[in-house]
Amino acid sequence: MNRFVLPLGIFALLVVLLGVGLSLNPREVPSPLIGKAAPPFELPRLHEPGKSFSPADMKGKVWVFNVWASWCAACRDEHPVLAEFARSGLVPLYGLNYKDKREDAIEWLKRFGNPYQASIVDTEGRVGIDYGVYGVPETYVIDKQGVIRYKRIGPVTPQILKEKMIPLITELKRDG
Amino acid sequence: MGNVSPVQRIPLRHPPSDIRHFGATLALLLVLAFGKTASAAEAKPVAEDPALEERVTAVATELRCLVCQNQTLADSHAPLAIDLRNQIRERMRAGATERDIVDFMVARYGDFVLYRPPLKATTVLLWAGPLLLMAIGLGALYYRLSRRREPQPQDLSDAERERAATLLDVGSDRKPR
Repeated sequence: MNRFVLPLGIFALLVVLLGVGLSLNPREVPSPLIGKAAPPFELPRLHEPGKSFSPADMKGKVWVFNVWASWCAACRDEHPVLAEFARSGLVPLYGLNYKDKREDAIEWLKRFGNPYQASIVDTEGRVGIDYGVYGVPETYVIDKQGVIRYKRIGPVTPQILKEKMIPLITELKRDG
Repeated sequence: MGNVSPVQRIPLRHPPSDIRHFGATLALLLVLAFGKTASAAEAKPVAEDPALEERVTAVATELRCLVCQNQTLADSHAPLAIDLRNQIRERMRAGATERDIVDFMVARYGDFVLYRPPLKATTVLLWAGPLLLMAIGLGALYYRLSRRREPQPQDLSDAERERAATLLDVGSDRKPR
């Protein structure tokens, strides 16, 4: 009997480790940007190209920054969730229109509805690189000091909104 | 006779096939020559500065593409990888060192982009793991080997001893001298 204990123990350990490994998502790379200042930029807005936007404009406010594109299928799944979030009016929601064509982006918003206060145009994807974007959609929660407090890679789901983002945003709004 | 005509036909057929052969060779040479210039022209923007390009590729080989995670930034054709290679090229042209590029990437995407992760508290297991496994393996091997005993010769009964003796005798008889 004794000689089965060791192999069985090793087997059980492997099963546990592999089980944990399977439940992890390798796409979710922990962002080193959490706790760092949101990278500065100055880019034109989608609907008013004459007007620019910079994260510095948002100092003193908690806000949500969502990277989207008209070519991004997952953004369409995410859209109703963001629309609902925007309707709640908790904090302003801004979009980063990533590597998109202006006409396509405007058309997309017209068709599905525009949840954003404004969308910022990043045609070349440079701001995207500064924000460590590697899969659209991505979403950031930025606090009053302009520090990134949360990053979601992939679509925001109702569950994530309810369990992670809204509690965090409420807390950030309350604090200084 | 019956076999004259084929003999006559052979010299008649030879020159055209030679010409065709020559034509094919010429065409091949032309294709090779022009094909080469065409591809060289296509690759021109990249090969503008071969030394720079070599440095870009060298550093891109050390970095993981975030989109196709098992590919390096140098191998990947993902749009993000192309953008990042362009950024690396631009930064290196502006005087950035390899170190700067790696820092630039790590600041945005974390240690995960490095194919050679740094030794940190969180990566100790990653680095020491293989050595640890080997130590455990060697330990187990040593333990088993040290417990193994020489097989003890069992005592034979008288009958067995007798049988063995007969067998040995028979064996020695058969041996050639």
